[in-house]
Amino acid sequence: MSDRILTDEMVAAIKAYFPRYPTRRAVTLPALHIVNAQLRYVPLQAVVEIAELLELAPAEVQDTLSFYGFFKQDEPHGEHRAWVCRSISCALRGSEEILDHLCHAAGIRPGETTANGKLTVEFAECLGACEFAPCVLDGMTTLKNVTKESADAYLAELGIRSNTNGQP
Amino acid sequence: MPKFEPVLLANIDKPNSHTLQVYEASGGYRALRKALSEMTPLALIELVKSSNLRGRGGAGFPTGLKWSFLPKDHPGPIYMCINADESEPGTFNNRVLMEEDPHQVIEGTILSCFATRATTAYIYLRYEYPLALERLQSAIDECYAAGYLGKNILGSDFSLDIYMHRGAAAYICGEETGLIESLEGKRAWPRIKPPFPAVEGVFRKPTVVNNIETVSCVTHIVERGVEWFKSIGTPANPDNPRDPGSYGPKLYCLSGHVNKPGCYEAPLGITCRELIEEYGGGVWKGRKAKAAIPGGISMGLLTEAELDTKLDFDGPGRVGCLGLGTAAVVVMDETVSMIDFLHNSCRFFAHESCGQCTPCREGTNWSLAILNRIKAGRGRLRDLELLLEIGDTIGIIPGTTICGLADGAAWPIKNAIRKFRSEFEEYIQRTNPTGYMVREAVPALPVVQLH
Ligand SMILES: Cc1cc2nc3c(=O)[nH]c(=O)nc-3n(C[C@H](O)[C@H](O)[C@H](O)COP(=O)(O)O)c2cc1C
Ligand code: SF4
Ligand code: FES
Repeated sequence: MSDRILTDEMVAAIKAYFPRYPTRRAVTLPALHIVNAQLRYVPLQAVVEIAELLELAPAEVQDTLSFYGFFKQDEPHGEHRAWVCRSISCALRGSEEILDHLCHAAGIRPGETTANGKLTVEFAECLGACEFAPCVLDGMTTLKNVTKESADAYLAELGIRSNTNGQP
Repeated sequence: MPKFEPVLLANIDKPNSHTLQVYEASGGYRALRKALSEMTPLALIELVKSSNLRGRGGAGFPTGLKWSFLPKDHPGPIYMCINADESEPGTFNNRVLMEEDPHQVIEGTILSCFATRATTAYIYLRYEYPLALERLQSAIDECYAAGYLGKNILGSDFSLDIYMHRGAAAYICGEETGLIESLEGKRAWPRIKPPFPAVEGVFRKPTVVNNIETVSCVTHIVERGVEWFKSIGTPANPDNPRDPGSYGPKLYCLSGHVNKPGCYEAPLGITCRELIEEYGGGVWKGRKAKAAIPGGISMGLLTEAELDTKLDFDGPGRVGCLGLGTAAVVVMDETVSMIDFLHNSCRFFAHESCGQCTPCREGTNWSLAILNRIKAGRGRLRDLELLLEIGDTIGIIPGTTICGLADGAAWPIKNAIRKFRSEFEEYIQRTNPTGYMVREAVPALPVVQLH
């Protein structure tokens, strides 16, 4: 079929996981991660192709995928995906305000992506970095002890100009 | 700082502490050599049993005993699952170990596999720890190259493979059978027990699930001996027949309203107040503490007056908390509203309930709906009874659910309302002066699915 979504590289990466587990099904999460890391989402067609590789029904892969809020299916998340922790240690040090500020400054609501496709902002539960509360995780980077100022600097780095004009 | 000499954290401040070279230079893999050349798997199980090491993942189950539940003379394979899902709010000690001293974790894993005759280990790592993934993977690669992993480790007849397995941001994957289901590629729905994992775990084979810090302790028990391990901590509470004592060093996580949040190593049994004052530099801004979470949000709340509680496996239970949990202390200063605290807690559990058991799925969601209403100034005194009814009836302790997430949801509710009841009553009366006494049911449909 010409409109396959999984590239040869993805297929090879997925197959490299087969020897690690006694069942193909156990490769479901690794496969979803491999596809998601490239496409930033896992559309239904990718689910069908993963299922074929793992010798599963597409519904079995979809069942697992849909359990985790992690994998988007309708459209890719932004180039950056910022997770703002809202759990207790961060909440005690102002994370709700940071989430509001980031969203307001970027002109989006939690879960949405900026118009330039650069950034998706989402809330997260405890990121396991509570000693740096409030914190935000973006890929490999943990933003620590985040303030409104450091949040603005982060946005500026992504080429997103805060639309708050200094107002909170 | 107090004088306790750290063991688990002894290396983390050295430059390149995550490399094999630095780990070996400080005596790394000596315990493994010793065990492989001098001990049988059974002898190692006996050693860990006699140390009274208890699991650091939250439940405090004796590790040697858990290992001895594996079927004898099983043809294999036996699997080891290392629980690195660490998602309990307030907890980050496993992360520090994996990022700063990954070889300590790997050596403990190899030893635990040798004892249990596991030939494959999966380290189930939460998605949010990319640096830990990188560090553990390169530690594993170094081990294969050095002969600590793979076939015939150090010339013995013991062989082992370790694989990293990444989660996808779901708290329930930390529950051991949720972890197993997730590893198998399914939704992380905890299993009804029995059968316990030791009999039928991942891929329907005997399986041990152990926490990162637990297996790290095993290395030091082999290296330094049982006497050393039992010289640290608190002996069994004679009034509690189910308490086998709390021994060894422990990593405490300290966060919230303290001057110096961080991961600190101390003997099991340090009091919460000592931890806050001696390690955390006291409550921030010169304020007083109002309450503290003793061991991750699931464990409930200590009041200021209860801060002298010993943080060992028996201590928090004596003041009505669920237990020591992950030993993650979160301090709240006198400005914190207990309504806000409980709302935050209920929102977490409503979001993370896997939805299998009706009492948990409904109880967590309705408790959040009620807290939302109270926060919005439409609370009624009767809501406190409803919340307590939820708190008292969901969980494996009352016996209505499959896993302990529901107990973790219940304890903050029970502790917050029973220990701070007047604050809840005062808030409801003040914010809903005309309606706080109403007892009719609230229309339900518009308030479902709020988290
Ligand atoms: C909802 C829930 C979440 C849990 N999360 C974790 C976790 O993130 N890490 C962990 O080690 N144990 C967690 N546990 C405890 C595990 O079920 C299990 O007891 C533990 O991993 C066993 O290891 P240990 O004996 O070495 O402590 C959780 C338990 C429950 C009920
Ligand atoms: S208690 Fe809650 S989280 Fe645990 S299995 Fe039941 S519904 Fe799922
Ligand atoms: S509570 Fe935010 S990182 Fe733990």
